[in-house]
Amino acid sequence: MNGVHDMGGMDGFGAIECLPNEPVFHAPWEGRVLAMSRALGGLQEWNIDIGRYWIELLPSDAYLASSYYERWLARLENLLVARDLVTKTELVAGHADGPGRPVKGRALTQADLGGVLTPGSFGRPATAPARFKIGDHVRARNIHPRTHTRLPRYVRGHVGVIELVHGCHVFPDAVVASGAEDPQWLYTVTFEGSTLWGPDSEAGLRISVDAFEPYLDAA
Amino acid sequence: MPEHGHDHHHDGHGHHGSELSDVELRVRALETVLTEKGYVDPAALDRIVEAYETRVGPHIGAAAVARAWVDPVFRAALLADASAAIAEAGIATHPGDHLIAVENTPSLHNIVVCTLCSCYPWAVLGLPPVWYKSFAYRSRTVKEPRRVLAEFGVILPETTQIRVWDSTAETRYLVLPMRPADTEGWDADRLATLVTRDSMVGTGQVLPPAAAP
Repeated sequence: MNGVHDMGGMDGFGAIECLPNEPVFHAPWEGRVLAMSRALGGLQEWNIDIGRYWIELLPSDAYLASSYYERWLARLENLLVARDLVTKTELVAGHADGPGRPVKGRALTQADLGGVLTPGSFGRPATAPARFKIGDHVRARNIHPRTHTRLPRYVRGHVGVIELVHGCHVFPDAVVASGAEDPQWLYTVTFEGSTLWGPDSEAGLRISVDAFEPYLDAA
Repeated sequence: MPEHGHDHHHDGHGHHGSELSDVELRVRALETVLTEKGYVDPAALDRIVEAYETRVGPHIGAAAVARAWVDPVFRAALLADASAAIAEAGIATHPGDHLIAVENTPSLHNIVVCTLCSCYPWAVLGLPPVWYKSFAYRSRTVKEPRRVLAEFGVILPETTQIRVWDSTAETRYLVLPMRPADTEGWDADRLATLVTRDSMVGTGQVLPPAAAP
C-alpha cells in the first residue's frame, strides 16, 4: 500500500537526532511491548509480514504522531482484537473476561528464549529457475498494490542491475494477501543515484533494494 | 515535522496509578489480559527484555569485525556468508540465516537503512537506536546520504562512492569498516573496543587507537 510508512526519498522530516549513551529501552513499557510482540509469535496466529502490514494499516496521522514502540503497541492491540484473541472490552478493563481461545501454536516459556532470539529463516527450496542473474538489467515494476508490498515507491519504474541473488524466500506480498508463502527468488538490485533522483542526486551514489522476482521485469 | 519522542515524564516507576501515563496503563492492561488468557508467560517476557538489555548487542558485531581484521580466512568467510561464518566461529549463538557483510574500502563507503520500517541486524547489533527508526533517517538516507553522514560527523572525500543498502526483505546487512591505522600487532579483543555500533551501520567511523582502554 502507498502508505506513509514508505518514506524513502521524502523531504521534510528534519535533522537526525542522536542521543549519546542511549538505553536499550527508554522506559520499561517499551521492553514489555517488545517482549509481548516477540512472545506472541509463539501463538503462530500471524507472521512478521502480517505484523508489518498491521503497522502500515495504522491511520497515517497516528503513525506519524507515534513513537516506534507506540506503533508496536497499537499494532498489537489491533491485531489481537481483529483475530478474536482478546476483546476491546478486556483491553479497556485490563482484565480477561474468560480464557483464551485455542491457537495454532502455544504460549512461549522461558525455555523458548533461544528461539525468540533467533531471526526467522525465510529461505525456501526453489520451485523454478531464477529468471535473472548477476549483472542483468531489470526494471522495477510500476505496481501500486493496495495491500502489503516490500517494493518501495522510490524505485518503481526505474532500471537497476542485479547485484546479488539470495535464493528463494517467503514472498511477503502473498503471505499478507492470501496466507500462502509462495516463495520467490530474491535479488539485491542496485540503482544509480542519478537514475532515482535525476540531477538532484548526490555524486557517486548507488542505492540497492532487496526485490522479489515478481517486482522485476527484464530491461 | 518532529517525530513525537518518548515520554520522559513517566518512566514507569510511579507508585500510584495516577502517575502512570496513558501508554503505560495500556501496556499494563494488555500484559494482564494476555497473561490471564494464557497467551504469554510474564517470566518469559522478563527473560526476553533481559536478553536484549544485557546479552544481545553491538559487542557481537564488533567481535566479528575485529576477527575479520586479524584473520584473513575468517574475513573471506564473513564476506562470503556472514551468517555461517559468525555461527561457525561461535561469535553469535543465533545469527540467523540471512546476514550479509559489506566491506568498506578507501573508495567505497556502505550505509544501511530500512525505509519501509526499521529492519536492523538485531542478532549482531541488538535493538536499533532511536535515530535508526526515525522518519528523518528512513526518508533521507537513500536520497542524501552525504548530508546524513555529515550530521553524524562523517565527512567523506568526494571521490568516495557511497553505497546505500535499503533492507527491504529479510536479508540483514552488517558493515565491515576499515581497520584503523596504527593498530599493527593488536589482537582481536583489543581491536573490538574500537568498533562502534554506528561504524557497523555505516553512520560512523571506528574509534582511533588512542580510544582503546
